[in-house]
Amino acid sequence: MGSVQLDKITKAYTQAVCAVEDISFRIDSGQLVVLLGPSGCGKTTLLRMIAGLERPDTGRILIDGREVQDLDPRDRDIAMVFQNYALYPHMSVAENMGFGLKLRGMPRSQTQRRVREAASTLGLGDLLERRPAALSGGQRQRVALGRALVREPKVFLLDEPLSNLDAPLRASMRMEIARLQRALGVTMIYVTHDQIEAMTLGQRIVVMNEGRVQQIDTPMQVYERPANLFVATALGSPGINLLQGRLDRQGPTLQLDEGLSLPLAGLDAGHGALASFVDREVVVGLRPEALALHRDMPQAAALPAQLEVIERVGNEAFLHLCMGARHLVARVPPQDLPEPGTQVHIACRPYSMHVFDPASGLRIDTNA
Amino acid sequence: MVLGGLIGLAGCALFPLLWMLSVSLMPPGAADTLPPPLLPQHPTLANYRVLFAQDGMGRYVFNSLLVASVTTLVSLGLNLGAGYAFAKLHFVGRERLFQLLVGALVLPAQVTMMPLFLLLKWMGLVNTYVGVMAPMLVTVFGIFIVRQYARSLPDELLEAARIDGAGEGWIFLRVVVPLIKPIMVTLAVFTFLASWNDFMWPLIILTGQEHYTLPVALAALSREHAQDTGTMMAGALVTTLPVLVLFLVLQRHYIQGLLLGSVKG
Repeated sequence: MGSVQLDKITKAYTQAVCAVEDISFRIDSGQLVVLLGPSGCGKTTLLRMIAGLERPDTGRILIDGREVQDLDPRDRDIAMVFQNYALYPHMSVAENMGFGLKLRGMPRSQTQRRVREAASTLGLGDLLERRPAALSGGQRQRVALGRALVREPKVFLLDEPLSNLDAPLRASMRMEIARLQRALGVTMIYVTHDQIEAMTLGQRIVVMNEGRVQQIDTPMQVYERPANLFVATALGSPGINLLQGRLDRQGPTLQLDEGLSLPLAGLDAGHGALASFVDREVVVGLRPEALALHRDMPQAAALPAQLEVIERVGNEAFLHLCMGARHLVARVPPQDLPEPGTQVHIACRPYSMHVFDPASGLRIDTNA
Repeated sequence: MVLGGLIGLAGCALFPLLWMLSVSLMPPGAADTLPPPLLPQHPTLANYRVLFAQDGMGRYVFNSLLVASVTTLVSLGLNLGAGYAFAKLHFVGRERLFQLLVGALVLPAQVTMMPLFLLLKWMGLVNTYVGVMAPMLVTVFGIFIVRQYARSLPDELLEAARIDGAGEGWIFLRVVVPLIKPIMVTLAVFTFLASWNDFMWPLIILTGQEHYTLPVALAALSREHAQDTGTMMAGALVTTLPVLVLFLVLQRHYIQGLLLGSVKG
């Protein structure tokens, strides 16, 4: 399996639109890295450049230490799984899977052995003679995976491979990909805009926006320590609650308008980076699970809010709250909830706040 | 009501063809009486014997078959390649060149005949099979319908083949051609029919009888046998029957291909 290194990759389609700008990072051999971001953020362009389907304007791409940015796709020893499967409709499953090996001149017996092995790994043993049109969406995606597997390439590239599948199938295929990757120890680069896929699959996540890398870290670090406001809002469902106000050293607290103040329990505004923001505007991010009804957390300071809607999803409930003109969401246990329309008091868990500079959007380190 | 109308129209279309068959089976002179008979009283193949034994019809059938078949095969290769390239390959000036080609569609064929003739004369191709075939070997219409159809192929399919290790020629032959079969059949039928039925161009470019195709030979025949309706009808039948059968056998693919080309483009 191979490592991948990107070194100052830039690609512009027109002078005005830079699809990918100055991207550098390294993916170690055997790692599964997810490129996450909204449509048009440049993640697919980046993957296509690694595949050789597009050429970067500047920068280097190294696979296992070898520069490949000027090589054709077939000379890079990579395999790619496409969103719409891209199976050859006029070939059987076995022919689809063996096509790449045939082109490389592998003896027929060896090709057949590899195809059978991959088919049994993916549960496609009985379907080898069928055409893609006779397969379900999940089966087609498994064939697409199998076509990549039999090649035994240095790097697997997956471009939103599950987005054409329905939700239950997506969940099971997600697990299947994770299982395969761990079992075979292959290097995978996985592009998605689905944060659940990113969180569950990735050993590392590369969050991208507007052609630039926003943060590269493990899924939990990206979730728990987002580098900026974009990353904070990109992950989590329901999304993070953002409150903008003036930082008061006393407490410290966040002074919101309408006379409300949010105690920032656990933060120290006397030292470190946060001290320089005293009496200035900051944005505080609170994940829905950081909010609770005050009766469940009586030791914390209470804030009044109007309970508008309750969304029960079985094991938990989402409380949609109004605090002045602000809309907040809290994730709470679904039992014994107040009626919608009533006035409630909410509280914040200590050490659960993220503080951002509203001008730059960057995280303000509250631990220093 | 509608069905009756359709049957009536079909009858109107079929009647001349059936009468042609009927007259070709009448003895010499039998068709020239008044009122003209609908069916032969004593069916005979005498007209066909005259046609093939005295008038050398076999040679013209061979010429037409050769010209139409080679034209069809070569034009398939060239039109498919060009249409696919315009649809899926990126090269400098692709859109401009295609617009220029489509623009050339407005030129009536007759306008191009004189310069084409002079060009082929300069190349020494007058009164040759190649000279007859040349104008139909690549057509803007052929390139256009192949391009429209090939555009419906997903790019990912070609990219998957490139990643699998295929070169562009291999992708064209092993991935693209099998997937554009409907438009291939359409184009093949269309080219074969057009080439087989073409009268004007072979009449211009061919000076010797040995290269005559069936429509040109039929015209010569009508001059030679002006009084012999039976032989002329036998010649007309030999000219129309092969393409009629070909069209009837392949009409499903033909219409399907035309529709797919237009709708998917």
